[in-house]
Amino acid sequence: MASHLLPKPTPQHSTATAGGMAEAGHARPRGLLRWLTTTNHKEIGTLYLLFSLTMFFIGGIFALVVRAELFQPGLQLVQPEFFNQMTTMHGLIMVFGAIMPAFVGLANWMVPLQIGAPDMALPRLNNFSFWLLPIGFTLLLSTLLMPGGGPNFGWTFYAPLSTIYAPPSTTFFILSIHIAGISSILGAINIIATILNLRAPGMRLMDMPLFVWTWLITAFLLIAVMPVLAGVVTMMLMDINFGTSFFNAAGGGDPVLFQHLFWFFGHPEVYIMILPAFGIVSAIIPTFARKRLFGYPSMVYATAAIALLSFLVWAHHMFLVGLPLVAEIFFMYTTMLIAVPTGVKIFNWIATLYRGSITFDPPMLFALAFVVQFTIGGFSGLMLAIAPADFQYHDTYFVVAHFHYVLVPGALFAILAGAYYWLPKWTGHYPNVKLSQWHFWLSVVGVNLTFFPMHFSGLAGMPRRIPDYALQFADFNMVSTLGSFMFGFSQLVFVLVVIKCVRGGEKAPAKAWEGAEDLEWSVPSPAPLHTFETPPTFKHQSH
Amino acid sequence: MSGGTYYVPASSKWPILASVALGVMMIGTGTLLVHGSAGTPLVVLGLLGILSVMAFWFRDVIRESRQGLYDAQVDRSFRWGMGWFIFSEVMFFAAFFGALFYVRNFALPWLDGEGAKGVAALLWPDFSASWPLMSPPDPSISGPRDTLSPWQLPLVNTLILVTSSVTLTVSHEALKEGLRSVARNWLAVTVLLGMMFISVQGVEYYEAYTHYGITLQTGIYGATFFMLTGFHGLHVIIGTIILASILVRILKGHFSGEDHFGFEAAAWYWHFVDVVWIGLFLFVYVF
Repeated sequence: MASHLLPKPTPQHSTATAGGMAEAGHARPRGLLRWLTTTNHKEIGTLYLLFSLTMFFIGGIFALVVRAELFQPGLQLVQPEFFNQMTTMHGLIMVFGAIMPAFVGLANWMVPLQIGAPDMALPRLNNFSFWLLPIGFTLLLSTLLMPGGGPNFGWTFYAPLSTIYAPPSTTFFILSIHIAGISSILGAINIIATILNLRAPGMRLMDMPLFVWTWLITAFLLIAVMPVLAGVVTMMLMDINFGTSFFNAAGGGDPVLFQHLFWFFGHPEVYIMILPAFGIVSAIIPTFARKRLFGYPSMVYATAAIALLSFLVWAHHMFLVGLPLVAEIFFMYTTMLIAVPTGVKIFNWIATLYRGSITFDPPMLFALAFVVQFTIGGFSGLMLAIAPADFQYHDTYFVVAHFHYVLVPGALFAILAGAYYWLPKWTGHYPNVKLSQWHFWLSVVGVNLTFFPMHFSGLAGMPRRIPDYALQFADFNMVSTLGSFMFGFSQLVFVLVVIKCVRGGEKAPAKAWEGAEDLEWSVPSPAPLHTFETPPTFKHQSH
Repeated sequence: MSGGTYYVPASSKWPILASVALGVMMIGTGTLLVHGSAGTPLVVLGLLGILSVMAFWFRDVIRESRQGLYDAQVDRSFRWGMGWFIFSEVMFFAAFFGALFYVRNFALPWLDGEGAKGVAALLWPDFSASWPLMSPPDPSISGPRDTLSPWQLPLVNTLILVTSSVTLTVSHEALKEGLRSVARNWLAVTVLLGMMFISVQGVEYYEAYTHYGITLQTGIYGATFFMLTGFHGLHVIIGTIILASILVRILKGHFSGEDHFGFEAAAWYWHFVDVVWIGLFLFVYVF
């Protein structure tokens, strides 16, 4: 988008390296206490990103346990009971601990910089939102060590598996979800208040970078559905500990009610994990194609349309549960309708590339891979949306392939693209190009080796969430496992890139990328601790 | 728009202490539920921790506000924050109302054999759906003995809560006009009405448990009844505490006719709690 800035030097008191600088007239605490008590959006953003990276590796190790067990048919390494805990914890950690906090971390760092705000709207609340996460996830991980083991019912924790037949630690699992949910809601309130209230003078809503737009809409989704998750886990808590019958047909309740409530949260949740990714990619592609984003207004409307539709599609996760025919048809068509706004986005990105002056810098590599691979995940989603076809695909590895394509080469690649794109702004140095390319190509090959064969094993009927399988699936599973280890270990290259980038490397100027136009590129690299204390003047230009 | 006066608070120890206190309370609650009373001290400790941290945190905010550190833009941030917080509360209650509608309109008729689903009808062929559900499908769960009439205590409570919204509005208008003692008096009446509501609700719970045999364990009617009215009652208790704190602030001379967002936020919350009750009265008691 074309924003013409009237550069207005902001008073920079200090650089990010000065630990004990004065803030609002007070001495800042040093060392660990500084990170525990910080109200600075950049420091809290960094905390979120580091937390997310830690969880990514913990969840990744769980995934590798699962894949190692599935390397060959038969029981090799772990007992089925532990296998179930690994699949469950992998999903919970990756969804709530890795992907979501990574996007919140990026929002913390970049939203104030992209709208010319001095900080987040409610800085102390921001700190609270972050520090709930390590507490909640320590509690969640500790369930693995409790008598009876941790959650073993899948990340969707369907009742009655998660109520009547659940291990005793489920109560702690529920409470940890409550903590993570409070964190998400408060974080979303903060982001929404920041975007609506702290834009630079002159910046209208339709001037905002798409990353800001997508986060505005994501924050709305979070506030709308995280309380529903809190409600459904509270009902579980009551069923388990106080003898209520919400999900027990014997008392007049219904296990299917759990699925309705869960997916009313769960489907918007899926878009919570992808809309900010759209925003990142919509920043990177124009930068490295050196063209304005094609169809900015349609991108905004498409994002809003996806968000609204996300409230009307939840039962497509439940086509086999015994829904009335009219519900199957309704949810089938609403689901297929989502392909329209999503298609608008894909075509807009491609149109942006058309006749662009493209360079393949590391962020661009990940963004382009995102577009291609997310589209694969989108198409398999369209296949799953067809109710009669889903009768065959449901609960097979085809579903696993589908949602991993949108979450790993989709959401995760966008997060990595964003990290490569903004690392110069965060650290003042460019990431090492050779290593970044190694990371990219190893990841692309690894991720496709892992997940592409799952389409075939799934179509052939291999069910998900089992530690053993029939012999005919052996070859595909062996390939998947080899790919998963390749992908997992190649993420260590990313850690190396980040460490090297923090410690040194080619110096980046304020405008680190030639084609980058948004407001964050007007502040120095690395961005000083305090930016835009006096708001910049934003001059609107029509798109 | 701001001219560079947006107040960014210095480092604060309250958020991290609040996180730790909440963590302690959650661990205590889990221990209490899973392993028994060993968790009680942790629950108490965590709860006291949360309450005291909230008191200190709000003290800081009130102090900053009275020092004039907040400009109109900070005020708008608080307004957006409170508004979206209340929206999140609406969605929390929506989950429980949604469960109620689903059970009444789908789950129970299907258990009764409607819609040719069949399976449940095979499990419990004698079951017949009704609302309130007096006899749950499985004999292992005994239903309530009787149902509550909406036209006794619930009606009284409806009148109390609607009146309290009116008295609160009168108090707010008086504050805006600068009639501080009038505002104080009507706010005090509102707090009293809040306490009356809670007391009446307590009496109703007692009657439900002892006379009507409605408990959490008596099938889906008791479950939805106690969860909806229970969470609402909890919100009334919190709202009453908030209004009482605002009353103390008025007594201390806080707020002006133009600048009293603390009061307004409390009022928004109270009206929200009132609206939820109207929904409860209609869909839990009357229909």
